[in-house]
Amino acid sequence: MRRTIRHIPLLGTALAPAAAQAQGENRPMWYLETFGSPGNEITPILWGLLWLAIGVVVIIAALVLAGVFLKTQRGVDMRRDQEAVSPPHDHSALRWMYGGLFATLAALSVFVVWTMMTMADIRQPDGEAPITIAITGHQWWWQVTYLSEDESRIFETANEIHVPVGVPVKFRLTSADVIHSFWVPAIASKTDLIPGQENTAWFRADTPGVYRGQCAEYCGKQHANMALRVVAESPEDFDAWWDMQLEPVEMPETEVAKMGMELFRLNCAACHNIRGAMAGGEMGPDLSHLMERTTLASGMLPNTPGHLSGWIANPDVIKPGTLMPRTDLSGPELDAIRAFLLTLDQGA
Amino acid sequence: MAETSGTIMDERGNEVLTFGRQGFGSIDGRSNGWWGTMTLLATEAALFVYLLFSYYYMAFHYGRTWLPAELPSFTLSGPSTVILITSSLTAWMGERSVKKDSRGGAVLWLVASLLLGAVFMGIQLKEWSDKPFMIDTDSYGSLYFTVTGFHMAHVAVGLLVLLALTVWTAVGKFDSRRRDPVSIGVIYWHFVDAVWLTVFFTFYVTTHLFQP
Amino acid sequence: MWQHLFWIFAHPWVYIIVLPAMGMVSDALPVFCRQPLVGYTLVVIATITTMILGFGVWVHHMFATGIPFMSLSFFSGASFIITIPSAVSVFAWILTIWYGKPVVKVPFLYFASFIVMFTIGGVSGVMTASVPADFQLHGTYFVVAHIHYVLIGINLFGVLGALYFWFPKMSGRMMSERLGTWAFAFIFGGFNLAFLPMHWTGLMGMPRRVYTYPEGAGWGWVNMTTTVGSFLLAFGILLVLVNVWHGLRRGKPAGDNPWDAPTLEWAVSSPPPPYNFATAPVLASRHPLWEDRLPEGSGRSSLHHGPLLDDGKEAMLTTVLDAEPDLVVKMPDDTLWPFLTTVAMTVFFGALLLHLWTWAAAGLGAILLCMLGWLWPRDDLAQTSKEAHHG
Repeated sequence: MRRTIRHIPLLGTALAPAAAQAQGENRPMWYLETFGSPGNEITPILWGLLWLAIGVVVIIAALVLAGVFLKTQRGVDMRRDQEAVSPPHDHSALRWMYGGLFATLAALSVFVVWTMMTMADIRQPDGEAPITIAITGHQWWWQVTYLSEDESRIFETANEIHVPVGVPVKFRLTSADVIHSFWVPAIASKTDLIPGQENTAWFRADTPGVYRGQCAEYCGKQHANMALRVVAESPEDFDAWWDMQLEPVEMPETEVAKMGMELFRLNCAACHNIRGAMAGGEMGPDLSHLMERTTLASGMLPNTPGHLSGWIANPDVIKPGTLMPRTDLSGPELDAIRAFLLTLDQGA
Repeated sequence: MAETSGTIMDERGNEVLTFGRQGFGSIDGRSNGWWGTMTLLATEAALFVYLLFSYYYMAFHYGRTWLPAELPSFTLSGPSTVILITSSLTAWMGERSVKKDSRGGAVLWLVASLLLGAVFMGIQLKEWSDKPFMIDTDSYGSLYFTVTGFHMAHVAVGLLVLLALTVWTAVGKFDSRRRDPVSIGVIYWHFVDAVWLTVFFTFYVTTHLFQP
Repeated sequence: MWQHLFWIFAHPWVYIIVLPAMGMVSDALPVFCRQPLVGYTLVVIATITTMILGFGVWVHHMFATGIPFMSLSFFSGASFIITIPSAVSVFAWILTIWYGKPVVKVPFLYFASFIVMFTIGGVSGVMTASVPADFQLHGTYFVVAHIHYVLIGINLFGVLGALYFWFPKMSGRMMSERLGTWAFAFIFGGFNLAFLPMHWTGLMGMPRRVYTYPEGAGWGWVNMTTTVGSFLLAFGILLVLVNVWHGLRRGKPAGDNPWDAPTLEWAVSSPPPPYNFATAPVLASRHPLWEDRLPEGSGRSSLHHGPLLDDGKEAMLTTVLDAEPDLVVKMPDDTLWPFLTTVAMTVFFGALLLHLWTWAAAGLGAILLCMLGWLWPRDDLAQTSKEAHHG
């Protein structure tokens, strides 16, 4: 893959990308500089601990080295030089020990208090979180459901999460198979997705941009390729995006795409859902508005027609172990399906 | 015979260690068997701690719905608990009789413990057969039968130990001075009893105490 | 649930791995410092404390699993506190170097670097003990670096040092100092080249247990360093193996006590005779071989005269803390019962595997009978009332 995070023109909106690009382009998983909460609250203590750690190691290493170099006796024959053995000096030595212990204790106390304060700080978002997103981990993709009190506004998508900037978003996390972990380093810390248990998490993106997330708990063969993308955009763009998602897909117009739709229903619809195209499978990711996403196979491939054909032709070669089967369709049939999928643009 | 008292000198003739006549063989709490049994009991106790931890974890996590519709009743378990406690008492009386060199009394008390233990086992088997669920029905069923099953295995072992001790006591192997095996066996039996109390408290009492 | 059970076992397990290595260092480092360990009692207490606390910190592997706030705080606190006993040991080792007059030999190189490796593994542990920090660090290469410093830094360095230290006692021959120094250089350099940058990989957000990652992640060069380092480390280990092999065949004879060490094992020949000591030695201090040179303890140890136990298999049982003679225990002598029990157990478990229920029942019965025979109270072992009366 050439670049992990690409600048995407979304719904004709240019993202305000300066900061996000700075992190996104070069260090997609970097979390020592964050762009939202609770990451923002965690970073200071992380730096604090890091400096403490470096400080301690430097001091101890210096003490050991100095001790060795200053005190070493050269040319001692351990078998013979009996005078070399010196009696213990526990009385004065222990004073240093108690001093060192006191320093350790003092440093630890500071960090225990700091830890507790940070924990209390990141427990809940400041103020209400108006948006709740349910995420279900699957081997090896993310099922994303935007919840709403108005049932007609609920919809499902996969592997790409859009959130409005500056608004806390709540997550309900669970898993369909094994334990996964939801992690978007540049914005938020991790929370596990555990089958049979619902965990909650929240975050608030402060800077518009595209952030990479990844499964952080080993979940099987393709754990490494279970990425997700968080697109943080202005609340207006976010609302527009949500409205767009609710649109049913546009019926294909060309002959080849129509044929592709039929073939899709026959071969793919058992697992994949496309709203409005009479395909209702639930095993695999929802493919409505597929072309609006920027990657395929949960963040593995950029979403280009070429990669799309490769993926539908033989998924197992690209992502060994994937649960998506090979369909053994002929070349023209694959072309037709691809043509149909390419029409799944931004709705009506 | 071992040299069991004396004085040790170093090379220069200084006195290093003086000690009196030492007892030997297995005496009281200082015998190897006693230490071995104690460490065994610690291990077994840890096993039951893990099992009960699993139970409480599930119970707290899933609440009332996780428990069976019909909570475990005291009808059978109440009397069986009393029986087991009594058997501990009789076993203790048996040990006392050995200490007092009363062979007949010891055998009598030990046989009583044996019988009470057997009755407990019988009641427990009856209770098992009355349960509407099996070990593989749900996680509650698994835990119920695993925990009570492990306890039953300990009861069975305890009964065999008591049986052997009763026979040996009857033929006069033990008296007030050499009675370690009796004490150790009785300690094991007390342990089985104590474990039952925690199991009973967990499965029977807590469910009624904290019923929502 | 399963995670709880796993970590409740696996965290104490880590301490079970590192504590013996720490003990070896506490035992052998002072020999090269020509000075008894500073704060011996404190170190002993610290070791015991570590093990006890070690049973109460397992949840720090599971901070991200949605555990309630209160229990997170508790386990975070416990994980911070466990630093204190480790700090005691580290200070004790450093002070032993400072107050002693170290002689640099291969084991000393390992032990001295061990202290620093221990510290690195320790402070990265402190970082992950902080819940918020762990929310980010958990599951990244930072944790991988941490565990390597703990297991290799603490265990391997301690054990390799101990190998060089006790090899003469085990084999009667010395290992080559020159080859040993080279091996140490490769192991120390390779290990740190491999695993120090790995902290950085983790801080850059690389999740663990991935076989591939996007090219743009910026992790490439650090991982390359790690790869190079691990090959150097492996080469160093190979040198150690060569060193052992060479030592066994061509090593210089070691004599009883090549390091002029103070403890009991160095009083017998190298390798030690099968019976160790002809009579149980009586000790007056922790350093029986340095007693003449240290103003320590009241008496002097007697290594060659001790109580004689000559009536069958017997051993002296002493009191737990003061080691005063307490009881002569009779050890069981040769008997066929354990073997028969084993045969019966083989029948029992084999039958279970093959679903032969009758055989299994027979096996179980046989086991019980064998146990009964094995445990039958015996007069000659003073297990019955009979012996007691005329004994």
